[in-house]
Amino acid sequence: MATAAPSPSTPDASPVVRPGRTPGRVGNRIFSGISTGAGVVILVVLAAVALFLLYRAWPALVASREELGEVGFMQGRSLWEYVGPLLFGTVLSSVIALVVAVPLSIGIALFISHYAPRRLAQGLGYLVDLLAAIPSVIYGLWGIQWLQPTIDPLFRWLSDTLGWIPLFADYQAPARNILTAGLVLAIMILPIITATIREVFLQTPRLHEEASLALGATRWEMIRQAVLPFGRSGIISASMLGMGRALGETMAVLMVLSPGFLINLFLLQPGQHQSIAANIAAQLPEASGTGVDVLIATGLILFILTFGVNLFARWIIARRAEFSGAN
Amino acid sequence: MKLAGSRRLAGIAAMSALALTLAACGNGANAEDDATNGSDTTTTDAGDTGSVELSGEIAGSGASSQEAAVQGWIAGFMDQHPDVTVTYDPTGSGTGREQFLNGTTLFAGTDSTLDEEELAAGVDRCFGGEVIELPLYISPIAVIYNLPSVDAEHINMDPETIAGVFTGEITSWNDPAIAEANPDVELPDLPIIPVNRSDDSATTENFTAYLAEAAGDVWTYGAVETWPIEGTQSGAQTSGMIDVVSGAEGTIGYADASRAGDLGTIAVGVGEEYVPFSPEAAAAVVDASPAAEDATDLRLTVDLARDTTEAGTYPIVLISYSVACSTYDNEQDAANVKAFLEYVASPEGQERASRPDVAGSAPISDELREKVHAALDRITVAG
Repeated sequence: MATAAPSPSTPDASPVVRPGRTPGRVGNRIFSGISTGAGVVILVVLAAVALFLLYRAWPALVASREELGEVGFMQGRSLWEYVGPLLFGTVLSSVIALVVAVPLSIGIALFISHYAPRRLAQGLGYLVDLLAAIPSVIYGLWGIQWLQPTIDPLFRWLSDTLGWIPLFADYQAPARNILTAGLVLAIMILPIITATIREVFLQTPRLHEEASLALGATRWEMIRQAVLPFGRSGIISASMLGMGRALGETMAVLMVLSPGFLINLFLLQPGQHQSIAANIAAQLPEASGTGVDVLIATGLILFILTFGVNLFARWIIARRAEFSGAN
Repeated sequence: MKLAGSRRLAGIAAMSALALTLAACGNGANAEDDATNGSDTTTTDAGDTGSVELSGEIAGSGASSQEAAVQGWIAGFMDQHPDVTVTYDPTGSGTGREQFLNGTTLFAGTDSTLDEEELAAGVDRCFGGEVIELPLYISPIAVIYNLPSVDAEHINMDPETIAGVFTGEITSWNDPAIAEANPDVELPDLPIIPVNRSDDSATTENFTAYLAEAAGDVWTYGAVETWPIEGTQSGAQTSGMIDVVSGAEGTIGYADASRAGDLGTIAVGVGEEYVPFSPEAAAAVVDASPAAEDATDLRLTVDLARDTTEAGTYPIVLISYSVACSTYDNEQDAANVKAFLEYVASPEGQERASRPDVAGSAPISDELREKVHAALDRITVAG
């Protein structure tokens, strides 16, 4: 693809240039105007969202403890005491999702790119992409109606046999804990991670792979020597993109998790953690005055977090692009 | 031409209002008066606001607790008065009161009564009149549990036992405190999993208010909108609560009684007996409750007697008030609001809201209805 230069086609074009009519110029100008405009709109929207969040969150950021005390759902916490556990819960659920989803995604991506027969690979790729098209409410329903009762015996067993590890202590049915939420999130972010990793794996230079095979490597050794090192930064950035999605996921977490405002790692206990997005969705309908400001302030923090994570992912991708350009 | 059409409609409206008020044993003569008065516009008398043809819009907002009921009332009312468009935005009680007081809406729904400051603001908003508060939505809150192994229709619990269960002091279904109240029921040796609402909710507030009043020694957290105990199972909204309670054996929670479905419900200890929830028992506790200290003929606020010992009352209820003005600045608004609230208070309106597929609320008693009609008759036009 990289060797296909576009230049050979130009000498074939007619050498006669008709004077007076330059259709390309107007079209060019319009198109460049539109695309520049579109680019600017994105920036403006982003800036407007950031400004809106900052503007609306400001009263909560500067509010005194007494003012915040009047907000019922904060239960006397200060803003940071309120945001801290939320931030922790958000990151924890996303990390659980990543721990589950990334290995699975790498496996699926490898299967599609290097193991599956061509026709099967394509179909499978579409299927994985289809997962991304399922609305999160459906994932929530699925989590609450199917996953919770199904996973109950497993959690029970985990708690009974590994309960001496604090991580798995004191499971209580129904399975509405951060681990269940993490599992639902994992499935939700599977498509985006798989799709990104698959693309990166497919770009592994053919020469590297063939060289590896020529040296007598098995297919697995070839993957370990050529594909994985080449795709490492792709895997990282895909994970970050997936994490960005998991961080902001609302509906599924809201439906699947019994929330709480604690900072701990009791993965199987209900009422310990809550994510920022789900908390906003749960509290906003009945919130008023300072309460709304506080919720928007938590939204601002989520915005900064996801923005940062996505930026980091893009940065890694960009850095990789420089390297891969050499191939 | 258009006028003639709406005239006829007004006639129909007046007729149906007549039928309604007659059915409500209200003042039928008054409605008849309205019908003959036609479009007499120079009215100062409060009762005569009904003479205006009903048309236009009535916007309301407020408590989400009564949303289902209000939607039912709107549908029923607009069947009778197709020219009137009623809307209700479930913004929450606080916002509802705020929007009503700053004139954005003509009526509001609220779970808590207006405080002094708001009442003072209400005088300005009501063009020198007063705020009307009517307890038109009474909803029993059921204490629901999921014990498939128990056949009994209800499990009996005293208020102290319920409080003990929800604070986590009573942890097993065969605890002596529960067993003593249920001599005929074989209770399983299962851990109790208390479930609460994860969002701020009027249901939580009324339930905790009940616990605080009826079992203050055990429940020391007071009446709160936000569940005060950490590390509990919880669900967002009523449907979330039902899902969680249904999701495991041994759970116990609280929810709007109409949503209890197949789950078991607790018969609550009142005095010497145990009362399961029923619309009649829920309406009875409102009648058994004294009027609030600052109640007037227009503000029919009550101090719910949640610790009542009167027989046949079910004390865990949620009351949501309809708020309106005694004075509006134009006849149209006055007539529309009056007609709408009259419909809401009518047996027909209350019956509609009590249907399980609408809101499953408890219809108000005739005694209360008379007071409501007296208050609504005083809606008038400023000036």
